[in-house]
Amino acid sequence: MGCGRVGARIATILAKNGHDVTIIDVEGEAFRRLPPTFAGRTVIGTGIDEAVLRSAGIDEADAFIAVSGKDNRNIMATQLVALLFEVDERICRITDPVREETYRRMGMTTVCPTTTVSAVIIDKVIDLDGSVPTRLAATLADAS
Amino acid sequence: MYIIVVGAGKVGYYLSRNLLEEGHEVLLIEKDAKKVERMTEELGSVIVLGDAAEATTLNNAGAARADVIIAVTGEDEDNLVVCQIAKQKFRVGRSVARVSNPRNEKVFRLLGIDVIVSQTSYIMNLIEQSIPDQSFVHLLNLRYADLAIVEARIDHDSVVAHQSIGEIKLPVDCVIAAIGRGAHVTIPTGATELLPGDDVIAVTRSDQEDELRRLLCTVC
Repeated sequence: MGCGRVGARIATILAKNGHDVTIIDVEGEAFRRLPPTFAGRTVIGTGIDEAVLRSAGIDEADAFIAVSGKDNRNIMATQLVALLFEVDERICRITDPVREETYRRMGMTTVCPTTTVSAVIIDKVIDLDGSVPTRLAATLADAS
Repeated sequence: MYIIVVGAGKVGYYLSRNLLEEGHEVLLIEKDAKKVERMTEELGSVIVLGDAAEATTLNNAGAARADVIIAVTGEDEDNLVVCQIAKQKFRVGRSVARVSNPRNEKVFRLLGIDVIVSQTSYIMNLIEQSIPDQSFVHLLNLRYADLAIVEARIDHDSVVAHQSIGEIKLPVDCVIAAIGRGAHVTIPTGATELLPGDDVIAVTRSDQEDELRRLLCTVC
């Protein structure tokens, strides 16, 4: 669900690897991000609608990935799928770290790009000369 | 009571004003700065700018001591998440959410929202009731009991016209609670005869609604 940069990339790679992929987006325009060779299916609609999910074939799905640009929509769609359908793997992207933690604690499989990307960048900065710059060290201390 | 209202659209605005008039402590949270600016003149410190799905906003709003959270933005997913965060993180006792898509009523209930207001269903019902000569109208859902209250107009050639209630084979878990005849409403007994033109009010288990409709509205 969600054909932004991340969604389009995930769908493209999974389809290329031989998986049967359907991608949903509220804007038909979004599908231009998919390569012309994309072998999967596209469905226009919102992932928080049971009927749209059904028409996307959720009944036969093994995995559901919610990566639309809206945290709350991802959260609601993931809960909807958990509640109404039998999909083994459900992954939800939540950019707000606090919200991510709240739903992770409730048992949801979540991915938080904010914390992940921050950690990667901080690692790179720290690795520059092997020492931790003082200002960054202070920031890290603040965050922990 | 301390009540947090989320979403300063028409519903949120008038709701907050009413709650204030009733003497409650109200805080209205809105994420659109322009709306907040416009309403601050009238509401003063009652309205604040913020995204209520963010824990910081709810924390600053003193959510931990709130008795009720009411989420009435135009987006169903935002209303759901705001209520869930308020309950999960701040232990707010009662959550009320507005849904625009009537199908979300059931989902919200299963996800732990205490009170769900589906304005679309309400409006559809009101319009249905005001269409003349609708022979079978769904009036109300009783959510906890999974019961519905319906109204049916008995037609001149209805198969149940001129039958007593005792004779009619109603579906199980279904009773005729009242009969409107002209200006009078009577509570029927088994001996009461249904007459053409009667408005029948019945209480039925929701899954029997269609069967009841067929029974009361079939014409010979």
